[in-house]
Amino acid sequence: MSRRIFLRHLLCLVLLIGSAAGQGSELRFCLRAEPKTFDPLKVDDDASLTIRYLTGGVLVRVNRQTQGLEPELAESWKLSKDARQITFKLRRGLRFSDGAPFSADDVAYTVKRLMDPELHSSTGDAFRSGNSKVETKILAPDQIAVIFSAPVVGLDRLFDQVAIVSSHSANKDGAVLGPFMVAEYKPGANILLKRNPNYWKKDSQGRALPFLDSIRLDIQPNRDVEVLRFRRGELDLINSIDTEYYDRLASSSPAVVHDAGPSLDSEFMWFNQVATAPIPAYKRDWFRSTSFRNAISAAINRDDLSRVVFNGHAQPAVGPVSPANKFWFNSHLHAEPYKPDSALQRLLADGFRLQDGTLRDKAGNAVEFSIVTNAGNKYRERMAVLIQEDLSKIGVKVNVVTLDFPSLIERIAQKFNYEAAILGFQNVDLDPNGQMNIWLSSAENHAWNPQQKSPETAWEAEMDRLMREQASATDPKKRKAAFDRVQEIVAEQAPFIYLINKNALSAVSTSVEGASPVILHPQTYWNADRLTLHSASQASR
Amino acid sequence: MNLARTLACVVLLLVCVVSLGAGWFAPSGYARQFREAPSSPPSRQHWLGTDDIGRDRFARVLYGTRISLLLAPAAALISTLLAALVGGLAGYLGGIWLRLATGFTDLFLSLPWLFLLITVRALLPLNVSPLVSVLITFLILGLLGWAASARVLAASAQTLRSSDFVLQARATGVRGFRLFLVHVLPNLKPVLYAQFWISIPVFILSEANLGILGLGVAEPLPSWGSLLRELEGMMSFRDEPWRLVPLLLLIVVMTSFQTLLTDETEEVAA
Repeated sequence: MSRRIFLRHLLCLVLLIGSAAGQGSELRFCLRAEPKTFDPLKVDDDASLTIRYLTGGVLVRVNRQTQGLEPELAESWKLSKDARQITFKLRRGLRFSDGAPFSADDVAYTVKRLMDPELHSSTGDAFRSGNSKVETKILAPDQIAVIFSAPVVGLDRLFDQVAIVSSHSANKDGAVLGPFMVAEYKPGANILLKRNPNYWKKDSQGRALPFLDSIRLDIQPNRDVEVLRFRRGELDLINSIDTEYYDRLASSSPAVVHDAGPSLDSEFMWFNQVATAPIPAYKRDWFRSTSFRNAISAAINRDDLSRVVFNGHAQPAVGPVSPANKFWFNSHLHAEPYKPDSALQRLLADGFRLQDGTLRDKAGNAVEFSIVTNAGNKYRERMAVLIQEDLSKIGVKVNVVTLDFPSLIERIAQKFNYEAAILGFQNVDLDPNGQMNIWLSSAENHAWNPQQKSPETAWEAEMDRLMREQASATDPKKRKAAFDRVQEIVAEQAPFIYLINKNALSAVSTSVEGASPVILHPQTYWNADRLTLHSASQASR
Repeated sequence: MNLARTLACVVLLLVCVVSLGAGWFAPSGYARQFREAPSSPPSRQHWLGTDDIGRDRFARVLYGTRISLLLAPAAALISTLLAALVGGLAGYLGGIWLRLATGFTDLFLSLPWLFLLITVRALLPLNVSPLVSVLITFLILGLLGWAASARVLAASAQTLRSSDFVLQARATGVRGFRLFLVHVLPNLKPVLYAQFWISIPVFILSEANLGILGLGVAEPLPSWGSLLRELEGMMSFRDEPWRLVPLLLLIVVMTSFQTLLTDETEEVAA
């Protein structure tokens, strides 16, 4: 090798090292929308939630891996027996990113602001009980009690969502206690989070966290572009990825994709049971028949839905709680097996008859109904087409209709002008209290027959009672027993015919060390303060 | 007839014949689900492989082509007739009628047609069979797609109205609707034909647009729009090139139409 070539190589190496050193370790991934707010107490959208998770310091944190509650800014906490009071013992000597000291004053200020009705905080709504009055009592600079006028179920876990804001700092949004802080925001382009120099946590070897110097969040609504950029190495992770993209990435680089198993999300179908709905009376009678609903449920091949529609990255759903929810899932229940013959027998026993391949009711009406779902969601459309084929085997004709989302919501929630629908729930809350607005017969999201003045059926009355019971009980065992029974009723009555639970799929570049994707949000960066990047990947950018 | 036009005619004819014989060329049908072989590559059983839920892609392309090629002309006929009625009559009558029709047409053209289609479709009854849904989709396209043609026809009718032969007919005592039917309408024929042919590819693409949004023809019936949706999420042409066949077919058909129309326009101009 000539001296000239050697010098050229040396120069390249120096430049590479120089650029890597100048850039620092920067994790990059995408937000799918612009964050609506940087105020952690007003967060109501996914993008803002991401910022809050990465920048906000909380008193207690739900460990995304174990689903257990762990101390953060609070060293310890004590919940009163009546679930009306929680007392936190705070860590001492902590500082916000702007240098302001952290004390019980900040917790009191945060709680006061959170519960201010003028703020319209959805995080605050979860704490509202009784007359919504909340008091704070500072017992010492590092000790504070938060007192509610009525019991709040799952009170301690709710504080996982409350990022403490500074009472003293001039720039409230800029002073944070989390591992990162917002350094730059270019609307429509990106958000740069930089390492919080005052972050309090250290790893087991005593090294200051976080390891990363910064996180760049590119605002990118197009998933195709997101995946292409990930493939090109411009992004380090995709937090939640569709089945198709997952399989394509898996075929080219299997080491980057992660299937964490069934998520909390569920897809389901239901029939319109609203008494005043503008549908023929004979159809309403079918839809209000438990036996009819159960027969339809048994005639749906959930294994095929999972295997064909989601390429195996989904599990047949059991009920309102995914098996991923370790504590609240009723393990005595199982997914409805595919039994078209017994489904048909059940319908025949109910007075239906099969005539020239068409199922007819007692009055001779052909069993035909439409299933609506939102246009553009290809997985729901495909599920509807598979269900259409499955039900044709028992003589039921299904028409699949896709509507734009606003029209769909208008039909199913306002005019009740539909017959059956397929939609899904994205659950972020492990606690069943988050499902009160679904199971109470008076609730708006009681989709099959919402806003009932009084429960129209005995089983709905029982569900109302059980849901209220679990919401007021403070003993976790009693709550679990009540909610287990709710799950049993749902399985028996099939107001929602649960179809599948999607798996939590994500992609993480091999250059990221320490990532361990989980099912709870945020799946890939829940331990962002402990993630590191290979220096080689930094240099190549 | 030049070579390009002949070639375009042959291509269109071939596509029409093959799509009309879909039942013979693809006996498995467009709706049958081979659930054990979803997203499979081309094989002897499935010449273009299967789609995401195991349906034979070749059969779906043929049936989808048949639907688009049969119903787009029907929608074009409806829209051209409406355009002739509104634009032709307004141009012939002139005065306040022309101003009213022009204002109404301009208003219609200023509406965001895609949202209008989505809204109209959302208002329709849900419990209709896929075949009825496809008829409804093209009927809506036909009923909403007349405005641009109406303006062209109004301008042509206005020119004819003051032409020598119409003046001569008037002088001989021909009046009113008879004058329109016997002397004006026959002379609007070349423009009507041109508008009809121009509308066909427009409606094919409109249905494809609706289909891509998932708002076109109801499942399990295929259409070019729903077939093109399969390309969503495709990262590389090299991965599964056979999935590009519907897109290539659409391009070939549209190019053939364009070739025919360009020559037609040149002939009319000459």
